[in-house]
Amino acid sequence: MEQIIEWISQPWPWYVAGPLIGLTVPVLLLVGNKSFGISSSLRHVCAMCVPANIPFFTYNWKKEMWNIVFVIGVLLGGFVATSFFSNPDTIVVAESTQRDLAALGITDYSRLLPVEIFSFDNLFTAKGLLFFVIGGFMVGFGTRYAGGCTSGHAIMGISSLQWPSLVATIFFMLGGFMMTHVLLEQLMKLVGF
Amino acid sequence: MKVEEKVKNIQPVECEAPNMQENSDGLLKYLIIGILFGAVFVKAEIISWFRIQEMFRLQSFFMYGVIGSAILVGLISIQLIKRFNIKSIKGESIKIPKKEFRKGQIIGGFVFGLGWALTGACPGPLFAQIGSGFIVIVVTLISAIAGTWVYGKFSHKLPN
Repeated sequence: MEQIIEWISQPWPWYVAGPLIGLTVPVLLLVGNKSFGISSSLRHVCAMCVPANIPFFTYNWKKEMWNIVFVIGVLLGGFVATSFFSNPDTIVVAESTQRDLAALGITDYSRLLPVEIFSFDNLFTAKGLLFFVIGGFMVGFGTRYAGGCTSGHAIMGISSLQWPSLVATIFFMLGGFMMTHVLLEQLMKLVGF
Repeated sequence: MKVEEKVKNIQPVECEAPNMQENSDGLLKYLIIGILFGAVFVKAEIISWFRIQEMFRLQSFFMYGVIGSAILVGLISIQLIKRFNIKSIKGESIKIPKKEFRKGQIIGGFVFGLGWALTGACPGPLFAQIGSGFIVIVVTLISAIAGTWVYGKFSHKLPN
């Protein structure tokens, strides 16, 4: 038993995690004829809490409760894995990435997210505005405008051979490359890194 | 026809999962699937901002391996479901909504990409990050919900 816990506690390689994530597609289809997608849950929260007579949010969200329950599960799963099967060692990150990030002032690898950015101390600062408020806004606005995120388009959409999802995925990546290679350094300087 | 077009303009995306309403017993299975899914996110460190940086800097194969193998498994499963006409546990035929091409997949997709590289998270990992104890990510999540709302509010004015 101890050995099993020890094995589970190691970080899982991509060829274990990827197929498990992919299996979510047939499991959701077979269990309830549901299409895998996560960003829709944000829309359902809007429809549930602040529909404000906007046509985009006036639909029967109760039919979509499964999606809300699913993301609550994702949150709980994060809690369970971190509390009971947490990786014993700090995260191993490519040396080249470490060098690049050091130049931006990011050197703390003690947690899965850099504490230099993701801490409460930054909440009411320019750093928090950029990484939490603006970053989060772009994730929510962009995924809904695109009609899906990495799960709905990249995984579910491409798996079911829908070319619009491939287009969306290509632009997800282009946006990410643009931010990482062109904008990030300037923006981080601007907010005080 | 005209009315239909108008409705389509107001509501450019059909709600992605036009399915039957489930009772609370039925919902429990989605909670369990979600828990397993969230645990994989943490165990493979997919929720890590560092992994997303490695990916966009092309300095690690890890995330490409994760997404690529997930697509491959999804693709094979959907082909098997179609080939053998496998039904859901309730005996329904499996339906996969068609995704129509819209300009939003280009513009919105690009905006999401910008945000993905900043937050180091797409919507799924946001939830798992909060569960892992990064409580400050609640702010990012609320902001993402606000972004979704603003899209809904102005969707009829945006190019689609």
